[in-house]
Amino acid sequence: MSDVDLAVDLAGLAMPTPVMTAAGCAGRELAAYSDLTALGAFVTRTVTLDACAGSPPPRVVETPSGVVSAVGLQNPGLQGFLTTDLPWLAQRRVRTVVSASAGSLAEYGELARRLATAPGVDAVEVHLEVSDAHQTGKAVHVVRRDLPVGVPVLAKLGAGGDVVGLARAAVDNGADAVVVSQGFPALVIDPRTLRPTLGAGPGLLSGPAVLPLALRCVWDIHEAMPEVPVVGAGGVRTGFDALSMLLAGATAVQLGSVLLRDPAAADRITRELADELARRDLKSAADAVGLAHQQPEGTRR
Amino acid sequence: MSTTAAETGPVQVTGEVLSVKKAGAYQHLTMVAPGVAERFRPGTFVTLAVGGPLSATTLRRSLPVHRARPTGAYGGTVECVFAVEDAATAWLAAAPAGTPLDVVGPLGRPYALPKEPVTCVLVGDGCAGAPLFPLAERLRERSCVVHMLLGGATETALFGALEARRATRGVVVTTADGSVGLRGGVVDALPDLLTRVQADVVYAAGPPAVLHGVARAAEAHGAWSQTAVDVPDGCGTGLCLGCVLPVVGEDGVTRMVRACAEGPVFRGDRVRWDDLGTVPSDARGAS
Repeated sequence: MSDVDLAVDLAGLAMPTPVMTAAGCAGRELAAYSDLTALGAFVTRTVTLDACAGSPPPRVVETPSGVVSAVGLQNPGLQGFLTTDLPWLAQRRVRTVVSASAGSLAEYGELARRLATAPGVDAVEVHLEVSDAHQTGKAVHVVRRDLPVGVPVLAKLGAGGDVVGLARAAVDNGADAVVVSQGFPALVIDPRTLRPTLGAGPGLLSGPAVLPLALRCVWDIHEAMPEVPVVGAGGVRTGFDALSMLLAGATAVQLGSVLLRDPAAADRITRELADELARRDLKSAADAVGLAHQQPEGTRR
Repeated sequence: MSTTAAETGPVQVTGEVLSVKKAGAYQHLTMVAPGVAERFRPGTFVTLAVGGPLSATTLRRSLPVHRARPTGAYGGTVECVFAVEDAATAWLAAAPAGTPLDVVGPLGRPYALPKEPVTCVLVGDGCAGAPLFPLAERLRERSCVVHMLLGGATETALFGALEARRATRGVVVTTADGSVGLRGGVVDALPDLLTRVQADVVYAAGPPAVLHGVARAAEAHGAWSQTAVDVPDGCGTGLCLGCVLPVVGEDGVTRMVRACAEGPVFRGDRVRWDDLGTVPSDARGAS
């Protein structure tokens, strides 16, 4: 490991590295394999106001270089989360981003008000299921309004829309950063039943297969709004994958499905990222952010 | 490199394939996995990342542990028995000795062991019965009387019938085609066996239909049942919430719990077998 400075500032959240977990792919269980305090930040499973039993199984199916899933946001509800997971994370001083989702603006507001007074919430990630700019803006507005100024709001944009338009709507309504992407709409057919494999029918594709798609989302948003912090999520499994996200314009990256295959991946990818930066004489992770947009033709590093 | 959790928790190690041998219709894998064997308890499982570093395989494979030896010429070894069912298990079956393997384990909750020396019947269907053998050893150490009931579609699909004769008081074998033992399935033969040996506890591993039948027979006889469900492809560590099934808790409330983390062993009378594959409308949080 070199003396590369990995620290980044994500919309006011000081993180020792750009490597975060992604909502829905990490729980307390990860602590058995990885030091959660060493992460840039830990993003919780998405929490909803009421407990949610989730989608019927099967919920996860493997495809070439990918995972198609439909978990249906299974979670113990806000009250359960505030009495179990959040205190556990706060006690260990894990930088915690709470992923929250709601079915209505009133619910988004209540989630935000109750998270505003809960100790140990370092940022809130709004899990958006809509790919409509107007709805995106309204949800972000309500959450931002009811949270203290010092708690950044990350907008995880809904899949399958015009990402730049969604990002602009989120930022115009107070999002401090945007997260792209969620999984991409997908389907798998079971060869025996001749029906969709997943219990819920359709699902979302994640894993290495979507890395180029997620990179494009990051690239497009950074190109249109270079001042907006972007978090890249989708198929990162190596240090260079993480660096690619930074070069395309991301300030931080989230690890999702790679943690299912390798629960210790965060440590490895953080080390590899430092090596990838050092190898190219980049002194810090922050120096790499958006560099691909400025890199002159014909250069090699 | 190895990542160590608490003394009793799982570890992630880079092990290697020691051998893969054919065992009837199945493959018997022995791997070097230091640290896993020391923590092993019967009923727990390991997960493997298959296909090598450039693999398009994104999920881990869960395998119940057939045997774990903490010490040996190669360090701690773990043995698993599996059937070739897809590209991933075919890769594993063909993996030459020395192939590096990313192993996480032991995972999940083990079979609960009785405090008293009771009479136990161990029911296995095909290679799913592999984890019953270390269980039989532990039960005998506790002076329990151990009987085994093993089934398979055909003679080659039976697993461990010979070994079972050494490890237990009595063995009953069933095959669907009647080629050896009783004709039929293990569930057909179980009620008579439970009555004959006056069983107190039934331990089982197999597909859901078999486990359901075992749970029912145990209940009818008045015995406890401990059933180990199959953990589907996923993470095995509890992260992905992919392997959930409806289970009734101590408080009478049904929750969608993870086969990998809250299981794979459940009390047979707690699992809502008829509702597998669904989220029952009275499960906690179901709308």
